[in-house]
Amino acid sequence: MSEPLKDPGNLKVPQQDVAGLQAEPDDRAGHFVQVIDVVKKFGDTVAVHNVDLTVRKGELFALLGSSGCGKSTLLRMLAGFESVTSGRILIDGEDLATLPPYRRPVNMMFQSYALFPHMTVEGNIAFGLKQESCPKAEIRERVANALELVQMTRFAKRKPHQLSGGQQQRVALARSLVKRPKLLLLDEPMSALDKQIRQRTQIELVNILDQVGVTCIMVTHDQEEAMTMADRIAVMSEGRIVQIGSPHQVYEFPNCRFSAEFIGSTNLFDGKTVEDEPDCVYIESPDLPKRLFISHGITGPLGMDVSVSIRPERVSVTRKQPDQEVNWAQGVVTNVAYMGSYSLYHVQLPSGKTMVANVSSLALSEMGAPEIGETVSVSWQSTSAVVLTQ
Amino acid sequence: MTSLLTRLRPSGRSLVIAGPYLWLLLFFFVPFLLVLKISFADQQMGIPPYTALIDIKDGVVNFTFYLTHYAFLMQDSLYFAAYLNSIKIAAISTFFCLIIGYPTAYYIARSSPATRNLLMMGVMLPFWTSFLIRVYAWIGILKNNGLLNSALMSMGLIHTPFELYHTNIAVYIGMVYSYLPFLIMPLYAHLVKMDMALLEAAYDLGAKPWKAFVKITLPLSKNGIIAGCLLVFIPAVGEYVIPELLGGANTLMIGRVMWDEFFSNTDWPMASAVTCAMVLLLLVPMVLFQHFQNKQMDETR
Repeated sequence: MSEPLKDPGNLKVPQQDVAGLQAEPDDRAGHFVQVIDVVKKFGDTVAVHNVDLTVRKGELFALLGSSGCGKSTLLRMLAGFESVTSGRILIDGEDLATLPPYRRPVNMMFQSYALFPHMTVEGNIAFGLKQESCPKAEIRERVANALELVQMTRFAKRKPHQLSGGQQQRVALARSLVKRPKLLLLDEPMSALDKQIRQRTQIELVNILDQVGVTCIMVTHDQEEAMTMADRIAVMSEGRIVQIGSPHQVYEFPNCRFSAEFIGSTNLFDGKTVEDEPDCVYIESPDLPKRLFISHGITGPLGMDVSVSIRPERVSVTRKQPDQEVNWAQGVVTNVAYMGSYSLYHVQLPSGKTMVANVSSLALSEMGAPEIGETVSVSWQSTSAVVLTQ
Repeated sequence: MTSLLTRLRPSGRSLVIAGPYLWLLLFFFVPFLLVLKISFADQQMGIPPYTALIDIKDGVVNFTFYLTHYAFLMQDSLYFAAYLNSIKIAAISTFFCLIIGYPTAYYIARSSPATRNLLMMGVMLPFWTSFLIRVYAWIGILKNNGLLNSALMSMGLIHTPFELYHTNIAVYIGMVYSYLPFLIMPLYAHLVKMDMALLEAAYDLGAKPWKAFVKITLPLSKNGIIAGCLLVFIPAVGEYVIPELLGGANTLMIGRVMWDEFFSNTDWPMASAVTCAMVLLLLVPMVLFQHFQNKQMDETR
């Protein structure tokens, strides 16, 4: 039930740019963090398969995937808690391979926050600086600044168990920022918070990170969280990165079935290309009576197997049959889920396939909401569907 | 009417609580009062071998409290020395238990769950054999022609046997051996539930492993250390069997003094006074133990 969180903007972004690796090859800032062909094996199981990625300086980069996809393992390799089976990790040109976690210019905010229960908020934040044998006055000043940054000055003398979840998170953030790491790692930063305060906290967190200007890699399984917070997202599945791009690119132009289904929800149709032209393509699917017409070109032989993804919010539901030859179907409403600002319509097509449409309340009140059992038409624009070749 | 009845009828909760209280009352408090009573009586020939505190003669109720035993306890340096020595032996034994027990508990707590259970079984296995038999077994190991000395001599490492049996060293060995599990168990329970992310966080913030241990693991296992040490120290102070079987004639411990008063001198009142003083002596660490337990419960709440 996710809506596109960023403005869809220009839909004509060519697909080749989606890779997100178009940064200048020799720009140091563009290659601030480099993960080069990293593999991690636990016994015979491969947790991370030949991962390559670069993160720009000051960027908030999200590793997004379901549990067990290797994103946490990748994060733990960056922090130094897991060794790299093969491959290299560089930060600002420095190879991390031989550095133990306590020597890396990397700090992590743990999923459980891992605040030291026997120390005060102040003590927790000062811990990292004390390890560097900073002068006392400097420690005091930097701790005070960090507390101010996260607005926790009032709670400096409290113990972690006297704080709420949101406050604990801010202490954990201050603790991981106070050492001014070159790279900040966030492990599922919102998972321990209540749903109500999550959205507000996400924006607060991004504001703080922008203020500090730290380069940041976060791990999350929550696509909304990744889309709200991150500048770029790497979608991971089974230890591989399947797509890297801005939230908008990943949402609007998924490059494979996994991305399309994992980010938001979508209607997927399997089919074959029947007519292929440089800037458009016709596809026939056994699930649809009419052809699919898509206004972007694909590479591949005619007749190849493809999938087509159509987002629910791009599907319109009408009583009247649309007067177009392609991109529509007739079906019966089987379920209506009222979501407030919109309703989710489940429309069963004659082939048995159910298509989900996200109809705004405004559109519903204009047409008079169709009821369960009614026959309706579903249609979409040629620019709304995306062809997935893998 | 019914409300009065329901109010008078004990609730299930108070019945459950009453069980242990009744137990303590019958088997701890009442016997202790008897001992306390005897400690204020005087020795006499007959059955029982002590005078009554209250007697009625010619219509006059006589209360006779002898404080002589307590006074004697203060005057005779033997008792003071015995108390002091008991505390010394208990403290040194506790220290060695901690030195051996902490790494053991730490190792077990950091092993994989399957090995963990196996190792904890190993720690508890000796309890399947009687305590007395295990202490007797140490005689067989430590005496001059015992296992240890014959092994060392047959290897040619020593030519004359080590004098261990009937020395304080044998008492320490026996004490540490017998009480080690009582230290390992609470300590293990504390270490095993420690969140490993805390250690990772410490490393992440620049702490070397040793520093992380001192700053994080050690403070977080503090209550386990205290509980374990008190569980060793308290029974060790009053220990009778180990010094009696393994110690020499000069191993002075309060448990032995009490035994001698009771069985050799048949001076029940003196033995009772020694006991009461010892209970007072042990009360201090027990109150401390309680205090720390309560504090810990407050923290986890």
